[in-house]
Amino acid sequence: QIHFILLFSRQGKLRLQKWYTTLPDKEKKKIIREIVQIILSRHQKTSSFVDWKDLKLVYKRYASLYFCCAIEDQDNELLTLEVVHRYVELLDRYFGNVCELDIIFNFEKAYFILDEFIIGGEVQETSKKSAVKAIEDSDMLQETVEEYMNKPAF
Amino acid sequence: MPAPIRLRELIRTIRTARTQAEEREMIQKECAAIRSSFREEDNTYRCRNVAKLLYMHMLGYPAHFGQLRICRVLLGQECSCSDDCRCLFLCVQVLCVHTDWVFFFVLFYSDLNHSTQYVQGLALCTLGCMGSSEMCRDLAGEVEKLLKTSNSYLRKKAALCAVHVIRKVPELMEMFLPATKNLLNEKNHGVLHTSVVLLTEMCERSPDMLAHFRKVSLVPQLVRILKNLIMSGYSPEHDVSGISDPFLQVRILRLLRILGRNDDDSSEAMNDILAQVATNTETSKNVGNAILYETVLTIMDIKSESGLRVLAINILGRFLLNNDKNIRYVALTSLLKTVQTDHNAVQRHRSTIVDCLKDLDVSIKRRAMELSFALVNGNNVRGMMKELLYFLDSCEPEFKADCASGIFLAAEKYAPSKRWHIDTIMRVLTTAGSYVRDDAVPNLIQLITNSVEMHAYTVQRLYKAILGDYSQQPLVQVASWCIGEYGDLLVSGQCEEEEPIQVTEDEVLDILESVLISNMSASVTRGYALTAIMKLSTRFTCTVNRIKKVVSIYGSSIDVELQQRAVEYNALFKKYDHMRPALLERMPVMEKVTTNGPTEIVQTNGETEPAVLETKPPPSALPPAGQANDLLDLLGGSDITPVIPTAPTSKPAFAGGELLDLLGDLNLTGSPVSAPAPQIAQPPFLLDGLPAQPLFNDIAAGIPSITAYNKNGLKIDFTFERSNTNPSVTVITIQASNSTEQDMTDFVFQAAVPKTFQLQLLSPSSSVIPAFNSGTITQVIKVLNPQKQQLRMRIKLTYNHKGSAMQDLAEVNNFPPQSWQ
Repeated sequence: QIHFILLFSRQGKLRLQKWYTTLPDKEKKKIIREIVQIILSRHQKTSSFVDWKDLKLVYKRYASLYFCCAIEDQDNELLTLEVVHRYVELLDRYFGNVCELDIIFNFEKAYFILDEFIIGGEVQETSKKSAVKAIEDSDMLQETVEEYMNKPAF
Repeated sequence: MPAPIRLRELIRTIRTARTQAEEREMIQKECAAIRSSFREEDNTYRCRNVAKLLYMHMLGYPAHFGQLRICRVLLGQECSCSDDCRCLFLCVQVLCVHTDWVFFFVLFYSDLNHSTQYVQGLALCTLGCMGSSEMCRDLAGEVEKLLKTSNSYLRKKAALCAVHVIRKVPELMEMFLPATKNLLNEKNHGVLHTSVVLLTEMCERSPDMLAHFRKVSLVPQLVRILKNLIMSGYSPEHDVSGISDPFLQVRILRLLRILGRNDDDSSEAMNDILAQVATNTETSKNVGNAILYETVLTIMDIKSESGLRVLAINILGRFLLNNDKNIRYVALTSLLKTVQTDHNAVQRHRSTIVDCLKDLDVSIKRRAMELSFALVNGNNVRGMMKELLYFLDSCEPEFKADCASGIFLAAEKYAPSKRWHIDTIMRVLTTAGSYVRDDAVPNLIQLITNSVEMHAYTVQRLYKAILGDYSQQPLVQVASWCIGEYGDLLVSGQCEEEEPIQVTEDEVLDILESVLISNMSASVTRGYALTAIMKLSTRFTCTVNRIKKVVSIYGSSIDVELQQRAVEYNALFKKYDHMRPALLERMPVMEKVTTNGPTEIVQTNGETEPAVLETKPPPSALPPAGQANDLLDLLGGSDITPVIPTAPTSKPAFAGGELLDLLGDLNLTGSPVSAPAPQIAQPPFLLDGLPAQPLFNDIAAGIPSITAYNKNGLKIDFTFERSNTNPSVTVITIQASNSTEQDMTDFVFQAAVPKTFQLQLLSPSSSVIPAFNSGTITQVIKVLNPQKQQLRMRIKLTYNHKGSAMQDLAEVNNFPPQSWQ
């Protein structure tokens, strides 16, 4: 099970946080600070896995964004790398050549996409097409309403 | 009231802030705007406001004031379209961790029955990510219903929701069982994947479920699905670098692992498919390696045939040579898991593993180090030690303590010669001296005393080592102790192993005094040094006066420990000078508590101090009066060493011949024992050959336990263990429990066995058996049965219960044959 997913920039600014375990806010902030520090200080030539407390951190950098997942001891690290990659692919398909700015300005969409891909720390949909289609369909519902109400929702 | 600004606007504005303070100001302004907008109860912009709240929360600002409003919104009306809902549900997940979930109970209930599948999906998603146990309990029924729906979009979400429910409220697992019957018949990969996750969760949590799924032929079903995935052609929807749906493949492999563990039939059913996956998967990309990794883990964990295991280890070997660090990391982790069971196969890759010690990556180094220690054996110890010592030199401080301990352990087990052993210890002490663990010092000292012929060499090397630098505490402690013991050898230049150095008594005292004075010395170290100086007073001839002076100075030391020692030593000089030589003479060789060899950890009476072994009390001394008398009654003899559970045993507890009339009338099949000589001089057989460390355990499992005694609420169970290396030894663990309403106190368990056996009782865990079966007393009995005769035992139980003393005798005859054959 994935415990949490963090996206942050090279300067350590948080772009997305998704938690699949319940923790108090203060605890979360502490964890984020700690992990961002650990990962940003990693040498380039090291592996993508870090032992942290009783979890394993799997991280990968895409352009200027770090994607970090925390998984349990018995989970497959290599597969988690694929999960991260798949998420990036979904974002890419949705936004078209996604970059960090897309995620900054459309963070709620990034969450929606993540929620169509992972629930409760487990992958729910392995087909790229289906996941993106689900988002686009619900987007369309929203657009219809927006048109009707003659104003943008956001 | 102007329309609240759009989310994108807000984001853009915030990004222009140049300082933290500026940003905070903007946020506060916006919060105020949102608050007034909420107050106006205008629903047109609520979506926008909620989204902005989310954003502010992500930046780290408190946004909880919106919670209540959101609750009311969600409760108040059904969401007619999904735009509000998505944001609102997201808010629920992000913001409302600690709110009273009662609010949402009603909401979710209504939403899970909502017409739009997207809203239902959102509800399932939120429940599945964050549902508390109360929510899960209340809504489990709804989730179960949706698990059976034909809508695959909802079905897959319901499956993961069920997983979450089970994690939070494991008792509800049963209710999802019927729905799982048809889950794997789906074609939709999303549903398949989430179903496998659900089945995995159920099997991991409940052995009953596991048995159930094995019975309903889940394994063949999974094998079929996996086969289809591999054999089917290119499917663009699920393809990742030429592999069809790797996520599903890996999850199936993991479920297969759980099903095949410890189960021959299931393991056999999956042998073929595992071989197929292992040989046919592309390894050029990470995806393929992820699948291979999972396959290897599965092969190693189930009861696979040896050919398959070799295949798996070879895959790991190939991984080790891969340039990709991630792959190497994963290989090392898996090898660590399998090194116990497939030791020889892993040995083949030893040199690659040792190379990984030089890697840059910390995690890889750690795993390589652990593996290296697991691979050290008598043949490769010299080479491995060289590498490990080099590693100790250059590794990060966080490793040094573990590495040092590991080296000591390995050196102790496999040292090819005493000199090599001492040299290795010296090397560790000098390189990583300050990282050596405190408990290593006494062990090292014991080791040194045992290598009698190396004393001179050792003390000389230690002396040279601290001459230059006495800052590393463990090194100095060991050195001080040795110099104190063997100082005479040092000054007399008796060393054979290497060129003896010329040292005068004064020079030795110089160095010890420097240690005493130095600011770097810890208090403990100073204690060692002072005692060493004192001991030298009997070993040195010309410097006794100097020693006297030093000792008397520390009589007024601020350090209480030192002061006490100095005062006592002073007294030794003044009043008890006649006793001094005897008191300070050379220590006897301490009998080793841990014997050489990987399978033996010795336990004497549940203690492991060498002191216990040194003295054997005369037979007529010790026994606590009442106990001994009872035993003697039991045993019928008068000049036997009674079995006193806590007596030191460098002799067997029973002398042979004079035993029991009591037991004499037990019908012993087999050879009559004709007045055997009392086996008093037998070496402590029970003290060796008894594996107790699980790592090297080869104890035969599966001997049925028996209830030896069950009367008046007192029940005593025997469980058995036997060693493959020493088949005449049976270890019996007794567990005494009390089902009455009052505790049994002062419980004493005694046992006697026929002549051909020998018995040793270790200390019991306590002497009180609590009432209502709320706790037990455990005690270990070791029985030596060299003639493999049928085990019989007479036991005597004494205890206090309900104010009166109780006593009972019983015979135990129902030992299972596996415990003595």
